[in-house]
Amino acid sequence: MITKRIIPCLDVRAGKVTKGIAFRGNVDIGDPVEMARFYYECGADELVFYDITASNERRDIMIDVVSAVALEIFIPFSVGGGLRTLEDMRRVLLAGAEKVSIDSGAVRNPGLIAEGAKAFGSQCVVLSMQVKNVPKSHSIPSGYEVYIDGGRRATGLDARQWTQRGVELGAGEVVVNSIDQDGTKAGYELKLTQLIADAVPVPVVASGGAGNPGHLRDVFVESRADAAIVASITHYGEFSIENIKRHLKAQHVPVRNTW
Amino acid sequence: MIAIIDYGAGNLTSVERAVAYLGYDGVITADSDTILSAEKVIFPGVGAARSTMDNLKAGGLSEILKQVYNAGKPMLGICIGIQILFDHSEEENTACLGILPGVVKKFEADRILKVPQIGWNEVNQTQSHPFFHDVPNPAHFYFVNSYYPIPRISSHIIGKTTYGVEFCSVVAHENLIATQFHLEKSGRIGLKMLDNFLRN
Repeated sequence: MITKRIIPCLDVRAGKVTKGIAFRGNVDIGDPVEMARFYYECGADELVFYDITASNERRDIMIDVVSAVALEIFIPFSVGGGLRTLEDMRRVLLAGAEKVSIDSGAVRNPGLIAEGAKAFGSQCVVLSMQVKNVPKSHSIPSGYEVYIDGGRRATGLDARQWTQRGVELGAGEVVVNSIDQDGTKAGYELKLTQLIADAVPVPVVASGGAGNPGHLRDVFVESRADAAIVASITHYGEFSIENIKRHLKAQHVPVRNTW
Repeated sequence: MIAIIDYGAGNLTSVERAVAYLGYDGVITADSDTILSAEKVIFPGVGAARSTMDNLKAGGLSEILKQVYNAGKPMLGICIGIQILFDHSEEENTACLGILPGVVKKFEADRILKVPQIGWNEVNQTQSHPFFHDVPNPAHFYFVNSYYPIPRISSHIIGKTTYGVEFCSVVAHENLIATQFHLEKSGRIGLKMLDNFLRN
């Protein structure tokens, strides 16, 4: 049986890993290659790197990080943050990433999803979105709105409709990050995750809010997420990937337990 | 020297990096002399059956691959590399190399079963083989696939996996081994398997 994936997320600013609390007050906690190796050895199923600096002059630093990680980490990893063009995507993939994750860049230019899928295959193109709970309205019928630019700017797009459009354009996977839950450790946004998982036939990755292993069980079993992103709960050693997997296995959630 | 065949698509550099990490000399190449003089040949990558076969034929590589097989040189196919070994793929109704008898079919998606399969799935070893030396049974490997092979000769199957249906995820016959999963992306256990191929 296919297993549920646990994906540590490393936010990288100018070549260093940070973890933001609700996107503010980032603290420098480490070297991305070291952290990637640590997670690789501890049984993480995949990794995601978000370049949160994303300014042009620093793009090369991120490519160096990707190349260094790819030399010694033999599990899939994706890279996102500030990817705006097909060439941005190509560089990241050539440096050794398995997938590219596009977010604000896809909202500004939805054609980027189709171009990426055509050039590299849908399995390489991940549509990532920052979502906030808002009152239901004519333009936001699901009550979930997509935000861009690190969760600061509303787009007027309904999260469910945007997901479906993104998958039609060729996205092979969707990451849904709840701005409301991010950094709270109160659990994933189960309703939102389920809404997205029910809307599309591709894998859905839940993000934002994990505080304990029970939260992963909830999002896998109740919301049908295929994978879940973790950060704070594992970065600071509160829980290990192994702890989380042991808990999930005891709850009959299929996990990769040999590595 | 290990020839990693370049057929103009797919992610070859991850295989090259894994081969280098294990201490072997891997060369990405489409040159027939280089391929024929290599000690071993790896045919990796992602891609569609039709474009893969078109590229192989255009470069004369489909004949070279058959020569490599007939010469008894160790060969490893990965992902699309297992599928094109068979007679025919359902994907765009494509005639393949026909080195092994059998066909390639698509998973049937439903509300629960997503296609492509993306993620870690379990491989059960159905026969002992040097390729599995020190590899736990079962163990998890990283898959990205919409299609799967159905070998006509059951003794060619050495590993099986379940995704909606039980399917063949590893084949072996004479000098040929192939996996549906990406062993170069499957952590230490995947590297162990790759090392078993490179070492023996």
